[in-house]
Amino acid sequence: MRINKKKLLSNIEGYLFISPWLLGVLIFTVGPIIASLYLSLTNYDIINPPSFIGFSNFKVLFFEDPLFWQALKVTTLYTLGSVPLQLIFGFLIALLMNQKLKGMSVFRTIYYLPAVVSGVAVSVLWKWIFMPDVGIINILLSKIGINGPRWLGDPAWVLPALIIMSLWGVGGGMVIYLAGLQGIPTELYEAAELDGAGKWAKFRAVTIPMMSPVIFFNLIMGVIGSFQTFTQAYIMTSGGPQNASLFYILYLYQRAFQELRMGYASALAWVLFLIILVCTVIIFKTSASWVYYEGSRGR
Amino acid sequence: MESIKVPSFWERKSTKEIITKIILYIIILAGAFIFMIPFFWMLSTALKGQEEAFQIPPQWIPNPVHWENFSIGWNTLPFWLYLKNTVIIIALSLVGQLLSASLVAFGFSRLQFTGRDILFFIMLSTMMIPYQVTMIPTYILFRYLGWIDTFKPLIVPNYLGGGAFSIFLLRQFFLTIPLEMDDAARIDGCSNFNIYLRIILPLAKPALGTVAIFSFMGHWNDFMGPLIYINSMDKRTVALGLAAFQAETAFRSSAWNLIMAVAFLLMLPCLIIFFFAQRQFIQGVVITGVKG
Repeated sequence: MRINKKKLLSNIEGYLFISPWLLGVLIFTVGPIIASLYLSLTNYDIINPPSFIGFSNFKVLFFEDPLFWQALKVTTLYTLGSVPLQLIFGFLIALLMNQKLKGMSVFRTIYYLPAVVSGVAVSVLWKWIFMPDVGIINILLSKIGINGPRWLGDPAWVLPALIIMSLWGVGGGMVIYLAGLQGIPTELYEAAELDGAGKWAKFRAVTIPMMSPVIFFNLIMGVIGSFQTFTQAYIMTSGGPQNASLFYILYLYQRAFQELRMGYASALAWVLFLIILVCTVIIFKTSASWVYYEGSRGR
Repeated sequence: MESIKVPSFWERKSTKEIITKIILYIIILAGAFIFMIPFFWMLSTALKGQEEAFQIPPQWIPNPVHWENFSIGWNTLPFWLYLKNTVIIIALSLVGQLLSASLVAFGFSRLQFTGRDILFFIMLSTMMIPYQVTMIPTYILFRYLGWIDTFKPLIVPNYLGGGAFSIFLLRQFFLTIPLEMDDAARIDGCSNFNIYLRIILPLAKPALGTVAIFSFMGHWNDFMGPLIYINSMDKRTVALGLAAFQAETAFRSSAWNLIMAVAFLLMLPCLIIFFFAQRQFIQGVVITGVKG
């Protein structure tokens, strides 16, 4: 067999260029995923060597650990609440911002601004905003005669509070929608008009299909992002009250780094990995029926 | 005909149009006002005395204005030190991310090699794996290396690829640079590495700027990384510092005015960068969101 020398060289060169990523993905993604599969089958406190215990971590997880189910419930409820609202609000604001009105660039900046800040500072700010007696939300609510709930202090209201907070950052999605809206060729609307389409028909037949890949992207990223919720819960509620905001990652963190139950936490991490995998596959599968790709641009 | 508010710029002006415009303005203004309330409220609290911060009904404009809250809050904990730590971590991470991500992006966009497209697809898929899934073995690895309570776990990984997001963003930008430029350079005897260094990198400055901005934001706001890897108080980042400050202050003295002052100071760099680099910012979001 003759080896194509030129091709071999260009292969070597190509792999040299991408070698930093290749190393990185092996060391920090593939390796850890395999390692955590092994760790999930062990009892490991990081000081003594791991001892193999088969599937008992998973057994405990699924059948004897109410906190695992609580964490799953909290995270799922939060996802179901925040992601659709973020999609809808982001889209509506983008539609508003797409109007040809004066001063729109200022408004775009204002709506986008909260998405620029994140992390501890934002969590601390919203903790103050949600204070039951002196927080601005309840003060404003009392002005219109509503006696506001205790928000972060009330198991029934802590998730709605965190969902409201997440909507403040909806500008990130808005910008993506806006770029999508501006990328829709005007000819499509003109063609629809020639066919006698009204505003609503144009919206349904042109805007929505043309925007579906963007909505799809925001949906996937929103779901993955909300499964990663940690800082808010850690700073604002520590998972309380009564574990009503015990997010999955917070629970994983507590098991791994506060109780040093690395084996058990690895089992948690693997279950999370599978959940995200399943969610992504489901979203991808169903996307065929509602996401529209232009022929030439299809992935 | 209908009253649903959809893009209507292709329509002619009429009385109905003007009324619609006014209604739209009112909605947009009200929304913008609501979006700004948290910022106002934070700044307002930050400039109040401690008692006024708890006053009901609240004063929106503090009187007197307590400018000193910023320096009192900032110096209650050694935030200058935390800032120094954070800047070291960010600067070293940034260099690694820009170098390695641009190298990899060059490979993925301008070179032909077996398995390139599959590997690129794998790289995109890793964007969907949350950091927390791989966190525990990674922690154990760094512990084995003796890197716990150092900045290394927060810096070194950036030199290995710089993140799928950065690679993807740079690759998309590199694809817009005409291949003829490479060919011309190759005829002149330029190696691929020199093409990368002398042609692509200089042309890609805007995209590199975008990556740098997102990298800065990411590391500035990162909480879980430092939380796990940093134990010593004198190695805290600003995010860890604010978390500690909030926990202690809210518990001991309820000096929420000082907490808000420090929180505001920590938001400031992000806001300033956004105002000065809006274009890069938006482009980064858009490239990954729309062209993905």
